[in-house]
Amino acid sequence: MNAPAPASWQLFRNPAGQWCLEADGALHERVAVARAFPISAPEESVCVLDADGHELLWIDDLTALDEARRGRVEAALTAREFTPVIDAILHISSISTPSRWTVRTDRGITDLLLPGEEALQRVGARSILVADADGVQYLIRDTGALDRASRKFLERFL
Amino acid sequence: MSDPNLKVVASVKAADRTAVLSTAVPNTAVRDVDAWSRAAQSRLAADEVLLAVAETDLDAARRFAPGAVALTTSRLLSLSVVNRRVRVIGEWPLREGALTLGDHAGVATLDWRAGNALLARWEFRLGLQPAAQGLLDAWHRWREGDHAARSAQCRSCGVEVSVSVSVCETCAEDEQPPSTLTLFRLWRFARPYKSRLLLGFVLTLVATAATLVPPYLTKPLMDKLLIPYQNGQDLDKELVSLYMLGLLAAALVGWALGWARTYVLARVSERIGADLRTATFEHLLNQSVSYFGSKRTGDLMARIGVETDRINVFLSLHLLDFATDILMIAMTALVLFSINPWLALVTLLPLPIIGYLIHVVRDRLRRGFERADRIWSEVTNVLADTIPGIRVVKAFAQEGREAERFRAANRHNLEINDRVNKVWSMFAPSVTLLTEIGLLVVWAFGIWQVSNDEITVGTLAAFIAYIGRFYTRLDSMSRIVSHTQKAAAGAKRIFDILDHQSNVPEPAHPRPLAKVEGRIQLDGVSFRYGNRQVIRNLYLDIKPGEMIGVVGHSGSGKSTLVNLVCRFHDASEGAVRVDGIDVRELAVADYRRHIGLVLQEPFLFFGTIAENIAYGRPDATRPEIVAAARAANAHEFIMRLPHGYDSLVGERGQSLSGGERQRVSIARALLIDPRILILDEATSSVDSTTEKAIQAALDNLVRGRTTIAIAHRLSTLRRADRLVVLDRGEMVETGTHDELMARRGAYYALHQAQARQAEMLLEDGAGGIGLGGSGPDGLNRDGLNRGVAAAPGGGT
Repeated sequence: MNAPAPASWQLFRNPAGQWCLEADGALHERVAVARAFPISAPEESVCVLDADGHELLWIDDLTALDEARRGRVEAALTAREFTPVIDAILHISSISTPSRWTVRTDRGITDLLLPGEEALQRVGARSILVADADGVQYLIRDTGALDRASRKFLERFL
Repeated sequence: MSDPNLKVVASVKAADRTAVLSTAVPNTAVRDVDAWSRAAQSRLAADEVLLAVAETDLDAARRFAPGAVALTTSRLLSLSVVNRRVRVIGEWPLREGALTLGDHAGVATLDWRAGNALLARWEFRLGLQPAAQGLLDAWHRWREGDHAARSAQCRSCGVEVSVSVSVCETCAEDEQPPSTLTLFRLWRFARPYKSRLLLGFVLTLVATAATLVPPYLTKPLMDKLLIPYQNGQDLDKELVSLYMLGLLAAALVGWALGWARTYVLARVSERIGADLRTATFEHLLNQSVSYFGSKRTGDLMARIGVETDRINVFLSLHLLDFATDILMIAMTALVLFSINPWLALVTLLPLPIIGYLIHVVRDRLRRGFERADRIWSEVTNVLADTIPGIRVVKAFAQEGREAERFRAANRHNLEINDRVNKVWSMFAPSVTLLTEIGLLVVWAFGIWQVSNDEITVGTLAAFIAYIGRFYTRLDSMSRIVSHTQKAAAGAKRIFDILDHQSNVPEPAHPRPLAKVEGRIQLDGVSFRYGNRQVIRNLYLDIKPGEMIGVVGHSGSGKSTLVNLVCRFHDASEGAVRVDGIDVRELAVADYRRHIGLVLQEPFLFFGTIAENIAYGRPDATRPEIVAAARAANAHEFIMRLPHGYDSLVGERGQSLSGGERQRVSIARALLIDPRILILDEATSSVDSTTEKAIQAALDNLVRGRTTIAIAHRLSTLRRADRLVVLDRGEMVETGTHDELMARRGAYYALHQAQARQAEMLLEDGAGGIGLGGSGPDGLNRDGLNRGVAAAPGGGT
């Protein structure tokens, strides 16, 4: 199975607000755009899948696209992804779980409830995925880049 | 029957040769095949060669009596001890009979028959059966014309072993009681830290000396300051401040040195513990697969985790304390004697009594702690059984039973510890009582001496000050006993692992293996597991790029065959050759690098999907990983996961279905691009729709590689170039699907059975198992349609 590489393609949003892909003349509605390595290499590979989950388009390198296309792909990605990136942990309610954390993310300051220590999962060498009690996943991209206070909070749970 | 050759047999102790034999050939557990071999050897004719010897331990009336059977190139000899001498009590030419081995109710019987007549019968307990099996095998080989002696017999029980090891696995496991001496073997791990250990010792010495200064100063404080002051003299303020400063300085120096010593030695022992743990784990990883099959996970985990930690604590805390105590006692004794020998003698009087007390309690404690240890692993084993099997436990609603098992183990643990604590709790106060009595004696003797003006009050005060430290040290020293015993037991359990030689040994001079063509030859391969013959005399030549399907009932030896090719085991006889090279001559890891393995229950490690796919080649690039996933039909389902290739899987991770896990494991095998591919029931744990997806992935994987595929479901093997049918470890048929169907043999029977089963399922409307014609999903079925269609045509 090779990566599908249509000669021409266009990603757009139809009037109903659904993302559509026109590839080599064929129209696919309600497509989904997903990153292959959202944590380890978010800018690299992106994939467009149809409503049944079959692959329609494979983009090797997001940065190689022209501005307009890239903008639309990123818009489609933002519409689907929700992984706030934690910049700092401002406060924790207790050092035993469940623990309520106040965090500053790239999407603003919010609260999350950490159900247990196993909700912190290491991904790769430096990243940590935080799954809160509601199933939303937050990402700490680089534990080394956190400020001292945040690192101290985090160490209590790792 | 007099026999001059017998001298050779027992030449070790010519004067007392029967004693040699009666101790060496006993009813006890100590067996010595060598003694019988020597005895038999000495009776051979010039051109005769000894092939095998098996011990027996029962006579014709089934009473315990030493004896042996020896097989030579021309005769079968029966040896026994008559009137304290080894005699040949019977011999039979090999041409005229047949040897059979059977067992019933714990007694094995070796029969030598000619036609219907029983010529001889040897009986022995089952423990000796492996050697008898070896003898039987040797006889079989002799009958087939192989007259060469196989020299490799287990030194302990006589069962044949592969040439590379001298003791078979069963004997290697025999337990030995833990000895404190085991602890000295830890030196191997301490050696790299020699200089730091020496530094720690010097620090200990000086720190201990520093703590001895304050009591020494009590003497002049009393005699030169306090008593003269009480007698009306003025207090010498300068001297007071000097002594006070001295006391402070000693305390400070003692504190600083004590801190430095503890820090240095604790660091070293932490490193020794870590080295020990790593070494044990690395050694464990090099053990063969069968080793892990015979050990319980909970037990191994406890050994590496708990025992190394216990040794660590022992080294960093208890041993250090003990060394300090010894030094303290020795130095104190020295000081005391230098002040006043008589009082010193009285002070040291309780020492031997305490020593005796320790000795008495020591044995009882050791046994207690050993039992407590065993019970503790029982507790962990309940955990290790129950947690992985939790679904079975819940499905059968046996939570109560498991809880009861745990409670019972725990209660057992409690009882044992209660018993140990009874001795222990009595022990410590007894030591304290003795020290109090000792103090009393010193006071009494001291007062008497002071009244006789033999010593000053200051001397007595110094003694009392010393003695306080002295006896508390004795008290803590007595605790070292239990800690030492515990650490020794732990060290023994660790060295059990470290001493176990892998039965898949690395060759001393491995042959380099750069490129593999993929030709696999099984050359008369047999494999015995314990005393069970699993594979018998298998010959198979697989060409590079050929796909072989292995079929057979469960227990027919299919998985063992694959394990032999992967070198998870070594063949008992014969050889597995890859590109003409015996796999035993290759470095194990070097060879396995060329093998891709897809198992029935794919195991994924905790980590991301990308990491799991790249497990065999951590340096793979992302495009390579994606390409492998595409070829394995896994790419699309991975992209549907919320984090794509960065999704976590394995324990605690994203749960994947069986088919998805299988496709990830196929991608893993694809990525290393192996020349040899092993598919062990790769599709049997999934439904037929999923099988379709996996089958397509497997077809990509198989292309151009030498493949051995095991499948219960024959449909999986439709692409195989050749099928091999195994039954009870023997190859009964080989050929293509059509040929085998035409032959109407074992394969035909298997196929018909599955076809019937599939039809029944179809009639039930349950959808196919992947067999039997008219199903709607074409891809999976076409191979089988061909098979079913070929059956009647080929058969008639």
